[in-house]
Amino acid sequence: MSATIYLHEFRTRLKSVLIWSVSIAFLIVFFTSMFSIFVDQAALMNEFLARYPQELRSAFGMDRMDLATVLGFYSFVFMFVQLCLAIQASNYGFGLVSIEESELTADFLMTKPVSRGQILTSKLLAALTSLAITNLVVWGVSVTAIEIFRGGHEYEPGTLILLLLGIVIFQLFFLSVGLAVSLLVKRVRSVTPYALGLGFGMYILSAFSGIFNDVKLELVTPFKHLDAPYIVQHGAYDAPLVLLNLAVTVIALAVSYWLYTRRDIPAVS
Amino acid sequence: MSVIEVNNLTKYYGKSRGIVDVSFKEEEGEIFGFIGPNGAGKSTTIRLLLSLIHPTKGSAKVFGKDVTTHGPEIRRDIGYLPSEVFYYEGMKVIDLLKYSASFFPGDCTQRMKELSEYMELEMNRRISDLSYGNKKKVGIVQGLLHSPKLLFLDEPTAGLDPLMQRKFFDLIRKENARGVTVFFSSHILGEVQRLCNRVGIIREGKIVEISDIRTLQKNNYKKVRVTAKGLKPADVKLPGVTNLQTEDGTMSFFFKGDINAVVKKIGGLKLEDLTIEEPTLEEIFMHYYE
Repeated sequence: MSATIYLHEFRTRLKSVLIWSVSIAFLIVFFTSMFSIFVDQAALMNEFLARYPQELRSAFGMDRMDLATVLGFYSFVFMFVQLCLAIQASNYGFGLVSIEESELTADFLMTKPVSRGQILTSKLLAALTSLAITNLVVWGVSVTAIEIFRGGHEYEPGTLILLLLGIVIFQLFFLSVGLAVSLLVKRVRSVTPYALGLGFGMYILSAFSGIFNDVKLELVTPFKHLDAPYIVQHGAYDAPLVLLNLAVTVIALAVSYWLYTRRDIPAVS
Repeated sequence: MSVIEVNNLTKYYGKSRGIVDVSFKEEEGEIFGFIGPNGAGKSTTIRLLLSLIHPTKGSAKVFGKDVTTHGPEIRRDIGYLPSEVFYYEGMKVIDLLKYSASFFPGDCTQRMKELSEYMELEMNRRISDLSYGNKKKVGIVQGLLHSPKLLFLDEPTAGLDPLMQRKFFDLIRKENARGVTVFFSSHILGEVQRLCNRVGIIREGKIVEISDIRTLQKNNYKKVRVTAKGLKPADVKLPGVTNLQTEDGTMSFFFKGDINAVVKKIGGLKLEDLTIEEPTLEEIFMHYYE
């Protein structure tokens, strides 16, 4: 680990972290503020939603959430938060080492007296710190917004903590899978399409798995591993799926270290 | 002790050739010129020595340590100036230099200042606002600020104006006088000739010649130009004469062999002018590529 690289990396990403954090905070406050409207007209709302096709409702997980409860409603908001977090973490993952190569600064960094392992560790820790900041903002804003807008309705704090705790492993999954993929392909020219692809792709897979519930698509997507409606309904994680999530993360990280230390850094061409 | 020791180093990028069975040594305090046309494998060799890429076969040692296993340790005493420089566009020159210095032990501030003043580099500008030549200056300062013991220069003069090139060469000579070993890759032979003690010529991934720059020139052709009235090609007909050209009573040719033979042969002529020159590296070089 090199403190020099860590600080440099962290500073480079600071602006992006602030933009993501503020955007997600805004999203949480905006949607949570509508809870009081929903809860007043809960019966009407549930009746209204029931008119939508079953497939559509299950795609959004709405067949399993009660919008009239605080956490039922929050789990609906939380799915959009997850989508944002997935794209952000994938973005950092795909860009972690590939940006140095596409902007040709890799030569500068790697001719310094640091090992590839040190470089990757420092970069990973810096990205994790960045993600942790967004994570803390989500925690703070979620709890505050719920407290302000719950309008006297009760909720189970333990379940909310479970939901929020899941963010760390959720982010880690996208960060490490993004990193591993970026090292598996020959060259990442632009990070954004890859990040959107992984983030949205996993989200859509999770939506589809709701529609064809006999196909086991939830096995691959973290949106199912840390399914908000499931956690709210059961007050617990779906343990085997969370373990699967962690296993994929660990494998992706191991593969990344293996590939990165053996990688040929392409020359300017 | 050899500072660089390369043994049968081979690199293939998939199926395409990088370098094949390259072997050479560079001694401490030398300026070693590494010449060859584009795509001959000069950069590949340097990138292997810096462990930016990994060898397919063979090995290389720098400071007596293997480059694949002791990379970070070796790079503590290495400075590298690539042919095309790229830095973090959003950073200021001073911040980039400080970032670079922070990887090395000791305080480089004083030397950073001296070098930037010498290279006339403005420290407070953004990298993205710099012209190509100015970025190159950043590269030079960045490569030297930690007082490396070994310098890798990969076609370093591209983008520098002639004045800056001269300053740069003076700087390299000064570093060399302090005992710094220099590995200088170039396809411009004039500059290699000006700077280097020894040269290696690489062609299509293979070393074709390694020799002292003086012997390279001595054991080679002499360029002879004779001007005399009524000069006929028969007057200079000797074994070892090639490239004979006649123009307005002046004949020029390349000669390889005992120079006395030429002197004797043309001694009987009534000369108006005679020059015997050493060939430029350029001409020697073309010979290897024929």
